[in-house]
This record gives sequence, structure tokens and C-alpha cells, in this order.
Amino acid sequence: MRLRSTVFSFALAACLSIATFSPSTAAAKNLKVITTLTDLASLTQEVGGDKVDVEALAKGYQDPHFVDPKPSFLLKLRHADLLILVGLDLEIGWLPPLITQGGNGNIQPASAGYLDASQFAEILEIPQSAVTRAEGDVHPLGNPHYWLDPDNGGRIAKGIATKLAEMDPADRAYFQQREQDFEKRLAEADKKWQGQMAPYRGRKVVTYHRSWPNFAKHFGLDVIGYIEPRPGIPPTPSHTIELVNLMKRENVKIELIEPYFDVKTPDSIARMTGAKVVVMMPSVGGKPEITDYFKLFDYDIGILTQAFQQTQ
Amino acid sequence: MKYFQMLFGAMILLTCAATAQQTAGAPGAGNSGDVSAMEQKIRDLEDRLVMLEGQVRQLKAQGAQAPSENAAAPATDLSAPSTQTQVTAPEEAVRSGASAGDNVRLGGAGGAAAKALNPDISVIGDFIGGAGHNPLNPTPSFQMHESEVGLQAIVDPYARADFFISFGETGVNLEEGFITFTALPAGFVAKAGKMRASFGKVNTLHNHVLPWVDRPLVSQNLVGGEDGIDDAGFSVEHIIPAPKNWFLDFTGQTFRGDSADVYTASNKNDLSVVGHLRGYRDLTDNSNLDLGVSYSRGHNLFGSDFITQLYGLDATYHWKPLQRSIYKSFIARSEFIWRQQNQPSPLACQTITCPPSTAGGVQRAFGFYASGDFQFARRWFVGGRVDNSDRAFNSHLNDKGGSVVLTYWPSEFAQVRGQYRFTRYADRFDAHEAFIQLQFALGAHGAHPF
Repeated sequence: MRLRSTVFSFALAACLSIATFSPSTAAAKNLKVITTLTDLASLTQEVGGDKVDVEALAKGYQDPHFVDPKPSFLLKLRHADLLILVGLDLEIGWLPPLITQGGNGNIQPASAGYLDASQFAEILEIPQSAVTRAEGDVHPLGNPHYWLDPDNGGRIAKGIATKLAEMDPADRAYFQQREQDFEKRLAEADKKWQGQMAPYRGRKVVTYHRSWPNFAKHFGLDVIGYIEPRPGIPPTPSHTIELVNLMKRENVKIELIEPYFDVKTPDSIARMTGAKVVVMMPSVGGKPEITDYFKLFDYDIGILTQAFQQTQ
Repeated sequence: MKYFQMLFGAMILLTCAATAQQTAGAPGAGNSGDVSAMEQKIRDLEDRLVMLEGQVRQLKAQGAQAPSENAAAPATDLSAPSTQTQVTAPEEAVRSGASAGDNVRLGGAGGAAAKALNPDISVIGDFIGGAGHNPLNPTPSFQMHESEVGLQAIVDPYARADFFISFGETGVNLEEGFITFTALPAGFVAKAGKMRASFGKVNTLHNHVLPWVDRPLVSQNLVGGEDGIDDAGFSVEHIIPAPKNWFLDFTGQTFRGDSADVYTASNKNDLSVVGHLRGYRDLTDNSNLDLGVSYSRGHNLFGSDFITQLYGLDATYHWKPLQRSIYKSFIARSEFIWRQQNQPSPLACQTITCPPSTAGGVQRAFGFYASGDFQFARRWFVGGRVDNSDRAFNSHLNDKGGSVVLTYWPSEFAQVRGQYRFTRYADRFDAHEAFIQLQFALGAHGAHPF
């Protein structure tokens, strides 16, 4: 039995390497991009066109804070050339073990294939003093729901275009041209959205989680309260009473909630205040018809303006 | 630090430019073409400012070397508001610059910059209160069972390291401490150090991620109890190409050969090995199946010539409706473990009713557990477990038991759990026990693998 176990393990390793060193240079040299959220996938698709293969890990109707790091995600990550993430610790609960286990050197933090999209965007609610968890599940680096501002969408697209051009210099002009085209279309769409929202600028709303500060800033909504007493802490009766009183005092008629939260508390608040619960989609794919970044705002602004009309 | 100065300078210039644009734009408002051109220009400037803010954040995050002292001074009088977004950046610059300047520095980088490279530090406390009667294996009324300190960081572009140091009430134990090479060619992931072996499921889990207060009887009896197979060595893991939608992954590990009562290395060559093959498949978006086969072999406490072998099967079924993932979930898990142990013949048969299987100096023991955990509200879980296991050193003695568990999470970072446990040891001695457990986490504890 001398050394047999050592030999055994080396033999295993050797077998495995033979099994996996088979040539894997595929004919199509499209960049393989994996994004954590569908919104980043949509933006990458806009810019990358048919020169990239994009796939998102989380679903659009899923709470992006709580995604299971399923092994099936490893299959997607292990051949990725580029990983684009939201950053600001949004994915801290599930992405790091995937990156570690994936065995893909391209997408390790700080490698060329690791792109934190938050660097391109305007970030709100960056804490100015030390944070403690007495404030709930706060994000010490700022609010990570920044993609819900079309201006940030344009900025992220530009950042992604630069990165894609870096990784695939031959198609630089193609990416740039697509990015400019995207920004043009986004500016037009934004004009339309702003027009739809114009009558409701300055309206006061409450939201479930702090997912909407960028959206509210861009479209001129005033978020005055949250159904969660603190970020990540489920509603409590005393906080709900406070919120109901605040909503009555300020005549707030709209509650914005994300699709992954229970509507029980929002519904009971609605009964007490006469407000309307609006289930807004925070991400592409939240509903089957929301197939891209434009349709996301089309949908959200559609149901929001409708709710404003109904509560006038 | 030049970088920062340049960035701040650029921001101030932009702010001025934007202010100028705005004031100049007002009187000429009659010309709509000019106005829209200027609006466009302001928007572009805003974009550039956001980009610069982002770069500043990145630099800060990367742990800029030394805090700036002078960038603050010229900025103060220019921070007059122009537009909403543009104010934030210079103000922030002033604040961070000024506070950094006030600090007394005694050589080296200042506080914030030095901290940026610290590992993520976490502490998880595990407090257990027990009541009831157990004739064989009594537990204390109160115990600070474990304080697990985690230190985790990226080592360099090729590796990361994780340390988990477990403080009991009296002693300290390095539960795990290993380096993981994440950027090896051909998709290999290698680890070296002390780690919990990939034998089955429960053996790989830290106490605080278990769905119970204790570990199943089969772990206690056959796989080394709470410490389990936890040893120094190295590990190689690789994803194996598999039919569509299947995830296949093989882990091969070699250890020194010292693990609780399972393995003992009497000399340097008494290594132990562990192999684990994992098959995983998403059944639907909401459910998946995780299967595993494990094998382990090493030398036992009777000496180099005596071998213990472990065989394991594990199965886990997860159900979690994605859209309501924070409210509802169900996990069913089970492990079957066989242990075969060579030992000197006289010891193998201690009683008169000696079963034939142990006659040749070989003990064959089998055990399993099966459990289910259902999350019925955002913070509530209920579960149960069935236990059955032979004794490793006396395999004709069999222990069985069952538990019911109720868990409540006040927040993501704390957990209260109650468990009632019934055990019948050796088909003869009954134990009825109740436990209450409090677990609480400080700091940034890295997420655990699925």
C-alpha cells in the first residue's frame, strides 16, 4: 500500500487532462458574453449585434439579490470570454463562488474579461458615513439598481462597446456604429417616455424596496417612503402604520413594487389609503413581452401612467 | 496620486464649463436650434462627468496608494451648484480630500487605502441551548458551540484564499485554510491546504449552513462527526463534458490521512484519497436535481496495514419558484454511506453474538439520513430528518432517530432554530432532547457554493 493512493490521484488527474485537452477552437469566433442580469444582456446585444453571443444568468422576474449559484451557471461561465456584472455588491451572494468554481481564467476579477458595469453609470445613494447593518441590507458602495435610468443605459452601452472593441479590434467600427445607433434610438424613445411622464412629474410615490431611485430621478418622481422598514427587512406592522399615515398626509396614491415581492402588505396599504399597487418590472424579461431594454421602459411607463390616470 | 488630482481638475473644469453654458444659454433662448445644441452639449458633459465619477470610484476601490492633500484646496470655492448631478462630484472630492488631509499620517498609506486590501472578515457565532435526557451522548445546557472567523480575499491574479478558523469555548481549530488556483489552463480548479473533503454533501458543509442544529447520526458514526473528513492535502476539480443540460464534475483529493476517527496516518505514506463525481441537472427553471457518488480510502488507527474505505451516494432535490424565491422553497436531501474497515480479528468480534460479516477482521457498517426542509414564509422554515446508522467499530450495533426543526430568520444575518430530537441508541437506550440555537453573522462572509 506504499504510495498507492498518491499514484491513484495522479493517474486520475492525468486521465482528466487527456479527456479535456481536446481542441476547442470553434469556427465562429463570436465573443461569448455572459451577463448577470438580463438588462446588461440586452444592452450588450444592442451594441454587439451578431458579433457576440450573449446570455444572462438570472431571470428578469427574479430577485437579483438572491439567486442560487446553480452548477448549470458554471457551464455557461466556463467558456465565457467576457463577464459583465452590475457590481456594487448586488451579486455578492451568488457570483463569487461561481467565478471561483468555473475554472475560467478570463473572467476572474480584474482580468480583461471581467467588466463591472457600475463604473460607467451614475450611482445614487452612496453612503457618506460608515454603514452598519442596523440599517438593514445596505449597499455600502451605493444603490445597485442604476440601470433603470435610460441615461445610464446609454452610458453602459458605450462602456460595453469600448470593451467589446478592445477584445475584438477587428469589429471596432461595427460596435461603435451600433452603439451610436442605439444611443440615437434611445434618445428618441426617451423623448417619448418623458412626454408620457410629463404630466406626472413631481408626483409622490412609495416603493417596496429601494430599487427605483434612478428611475425616479430620471422621470421626476418623488419617492417619499418604502414598504420595507429598512432595505431587505420585510414589512412590520408598526412601520406599515407609519407609512399609511404618511401616505394619507402626503396624498400618495401609487405604490411601486417589484414582481418578486409578496403583494399582501402593499394590498392592505392600498385598502387603507386608496392607493394603487403598480407591479413594475425592474428587468428585461420580467414579462414575456419585455424582450429588450426599450420594451422595459415602454412597459413600466405604460402601466405607471395608466395608474396615475386611474388615481387622479 | 497624480491621477486623482488630474481627475478632480477635470471635474472642476467641467463644472465651470457647464455653469457657463447654462448662463450663456438663457438669454439666447429664442433660438431653439442653439438651445437644443447646448442641451446636447450639457448632456455630453454630464456623461463625461459620470464617467469620471466612475473612474474615481474604481480607483478608490482599487486602493489608491496615498490620500491626497492638495486637490481639495482649489476646489472649495468652485463647488457652487450648477446642476444637480454636477455638484455631487466636486463636493465629494472636497470632503474626501479634506478629511484625508486632516489625518495625521505616520508613514505608509493612510487608513482607507490600507483597509482596501484587507481580506473580507466575518465572524459567525453559534450558540446552542439543550434540554432533555441523553444517557450516551449528553450535551451541555448552554454552549457557545463555535465562533467561526472567516478571512477571504483574492491573493493575486491567479488565486484566492479562504481561511475559516473555528473558536470553541476552549480551543481553536483551523477548520479550513486553503488557496484556490482559479486561472489554471483547461478549466482545472486546484486547491491546496486544509479543507473539508468532498465526500458527499454534509461533510462539505460548515455548521452554520446546515439545516439542523446537529449533524446526522450517519455523519457522527461513520464519517468523523462534526469535524468529518477535514485534512491537509490538495484537490483537483474539473467539469467533465456531458450530454446536453447535464453538469458533470469530478473532484479528486489527496490528504495526509488524519481525520477524526476515520483515518490515522501512522507514517508519511499513509495518505488518504477522496473522489467525488457530481451530476446536476435543472429539471425546470424552478427545480433541479443534484446527485453524487463518493469514494474515500485511507489507513485507520489500527496501523498502516489496516484500511478504511467509505462509499457514499447523495441526492438533493431543490424546488424554488424563481419569482417568489424569497418566500417559498423546498429541499429534500439524502445520503447513503457504507464504511468498510479492516481491523485486527480479535477486536472485530467483541460479543458472543458475532455476525458472520465481521468474522474476517472486517467491519461493514451502513447508515443513511433523509431530510426535507420547507420554507413556508419569507423568514420561516420547517423541516424533518430521519436517521439510521450502524456503529463503525461495532457494526452490529445500530442507532436510529428522528428530528423536527423549525427555523426563523429575523434577518439575513441572524437565525433562531428549535429542534426536537429522538434517538434510540443500540436499539435499547432512548434519548429525547430539545435544542435551541442562535446563529449570527458579522461582516462580509463569502457566499458558499451551491
